[in-house]
Amino acid sequence: MRLSEELIREIAAQVIQSLEQSNKPAADISAMELIEKGEAQKGTNTDEVVIGVSVGFGTHQTKTIIDIPHSKVLREMFAGIEEEGLKSRVVKIKHSADLGVIGNTAAKLSGSGIGIGIQSRGTTLIHQKDLVPLNNLELFPQSPLLDLETYRAIGRNAAKYAKGENPSPVPVRNDQMARPKYQAKAAVLHLKETQHIERGAKPVELEVRFK
Amino acid sequence: MKRAKRFEVLEKRPVNQDGFVAEWPEVGLIAMNSPHDPKPSITVKDGKIIEMDGKTREEFDFIDQFIADYAINIEKAEEVMNMDSVKLAKMLVDVNVPREDIIPLTTAMTPAKIVEVVGHMNVVEMMMAVQKMRARKTPANQCHVTNVKDHPVQIAADAAEAALRGFAEQETTIGVVRYAPFNALALLVGSQTGRGGVLTQCAIEEATELLLGMRGLTAYAETVSVYGTEQVFVDGDDTPWSKAFLASCYASRGLKMRFTSGTGSEVQMGYAENKSMLYLEARCVMVTKGAGVQGLQNGSISCIGVPGAVPSGIRAVLAENLITAMLDLENASGNDQTFSHSDIRRTARMLMQFLPGTDFIFSGYSAVPNYDNMFAGSNFDAEDFDDYNVLQRDLQVEGGVRPVSEEEVIAIRNKAAKAIQAVFKGLGLPPISDEEVEAATYAHGSKDMPDRDVPQDLKAADELIKRGVTGIDVVKVLAEAGFEDVAENILNLLKQRVSGDYLHTSAILDKDFNVISAVNDKNDYRGPATGFRISKERWEEIKNIRNALKPEDFD
Repeated sequence: MRLSEELIREIAAQVIQSLEQSNKPAADISAMELIEKGEAQKGTNTDEVVIGVSVGFGTHQTKTIIDIPHSKVLREMFAGIEEEGLKSRVVKIKHSADLGVIGNTAAKLSGSGIGIGIQSRGTTLIHQKDLVPLNNLELFPQSPLLDLETYRAIGRNAAKYAKGENPSPVPVRNDQMARPKYQAKAAVLHLKETQHIERGAKPVELEVRFK
Repeated sequence: MKRAKRFEVLEKRPVNQDGFVAEWPEVGLIAMNSPHDPKPSITVKDGKIIEMDGKTREEFDFIDQFIADYAINIEKAEEVMNMDSVKLAKMLVDVNVPREDIIPLTTAMTPAKIVEVVGHMNVVEMMMAVQKMRARKTPANQCHVTNVKDHPVQIAADAAEAALRGFAEQETTIGVVRYAPFNALALLVGSQTGRGGVLTQCAIEEATELLLGMRGLTAYAETVSVYGTEQVFVDGDDTPWSKAFLASCYASRGLKMRFTSGTGSEVQMGYAENKSMLYLEARCVMVTKGAGVQGLQNGSISCIGVPGAVPSGIRAVLAENLITAMLDLENASGNDQTFSHSDIRRTARMLMQFLPGTDFIFSGYSAVPNYDNMFAGSNFDAEDFDDYNVLQRDLQVEGGVRPVSEEEVIAIRNKAAKAIQAVFKGLGLPPISDEEVEAATYAHGSKDMPDRDVPQDLKAADELIKRGVTGIDVVKVLAEAGFEDVAENILNLLKQRVSGDYLHTSAILDKDFNVISAVNDKNDYRGPATGFRISKERWEEIKNIRNALKPEDFD
């Protein structure tokens, strides 16, 4: 019997599909629960980095523009901060979806004066409390290029700034084709985020429970 | 489904890597003519606009108020608003109606009216209108000089080469914010090594950008953004008045500046108030006019992926350039961001500004390979230089770039690298090695450059600002190190702050520091054989690409 090329392809596709399914982590491994704990307070511990997440992060949206689950993003940033011996605290910024505002608000709440800001689609920066919102210590503007390794490095560098060190910035990455491919998608994701903005709302303390 | 082989081939074409979206007018994902756009109207009472585009003065947001009070020629407003929009569109295209007759009309329109007028035009008509309506007679070009390492020696060398290649303005920005003083310094030194009189800027957070300008480390500014909805302004902690105040800060120091806006930014930031991108952009252009600023960078700019993804979006981008010219403003007309995987599509988009000519056809042609372009890539880059030169030659078009020889490029890159080495030494900054000079002389991009000690550079860059180093200090160390010609060029650039001549609309400087602007180089296009024409000398330059065979090359 001769197998047609088409049939071989069909079989191969099915095998690959079943392999992929068996490799897929169970949904609850990557999931997390974000519990709101009331208005976020200014920290007094100088050994903390505050991560400010956007209004839709982990709730209305659960993954970045390249489908990295938000739970994994937070895990990596926590790990990076912990590697440097510091603690992390998470707050949700509800009054603005502007990344500069999110990061600067987190920095102002942080006992060390260093904060990380992140939007649902994954765009991230490291901020310091005395800078103006549109300034920053390090900016990672191209969300489609941010992988878990980068998020960990961002956590690590933020912790180093918090310790008063002057680290080498996380290497800048650049893909000139990210815009044509992702900008329209980014716009739609941001529209979905801004729909949940609550004008005048105070930042909220979050307890993160990984399941 | 059994796949059709042709569709499989088509799917692999670059254009199908681009993102496209269907119109979604409710959130502003529509290029022009949204069903929610207002209809043009105006009521003037006692010399004051009391109603505009369907809103009474009480209903105005702060953008409406700013435009009504400062951006519209009230004396002519009612007359123009009563004119047929099709007739006005025809006047824009008609070569027998000179620019100076139309400006009094186009500067008396409301945002909805100006959008209605250009809405009647196809892209060829818009190009005809841009050719006539742009402020400066001679078109020019602007480039980007950046790299992924923020390597100052590479910036200096690339700036020198870009100056030699003909760019009238150069813009840099950063990968790491704190590198900004070095990038600005390297761009200044490199550009003035390549050709005296090139204007330079460093795109960065606004307060730092102003500081670098006041220090004389840059010659102009562009990254002062305005938006078409109140909420986006407020998110940036700004109003039209605060932007106008910032503009006046530049003017008070004799620094050239223009605003930046572009279709798609409001929807990108989530607050388009269900209006079309072009209607919101018309408001931005009018805010710029009302602030008394001489010019505007638009053509969607960093949001090009948004209008680029919807129907008629690239037409809307040309329309926003045209509206800028109609309001008698200098226009740096975009083309400065990657917008498509398709070479066909990105060229077609560029022809809209290249063919008619604008004040700056690109507001950032990447003079470095796109992997080094820290504006996330430009529509054309250093690897397209020869294509671009051939397009100028094929179509006899002034694109603001010239063919150059390898020998002269190597020589000028080397000189610039040595000049920035001398400046770093003279100012006590972290040393630049001879290896770095050599690498930058022959480099194509940062992959060819050695790494620097980044924390040490950042510390020194911070100290450079704290020490109060200015352009004059740079002039001094260059002169002391034997780079008198480069020192003199930078000094001449600084003198412009005192004379202020380059604050006129659409000003650029030639190699002898003469100002060429909309005042002394007024666009007088009136159809064939009028307006800008390529001079004999310039045509010889464009014709003379290095790989054209000459009769003597044949046996």
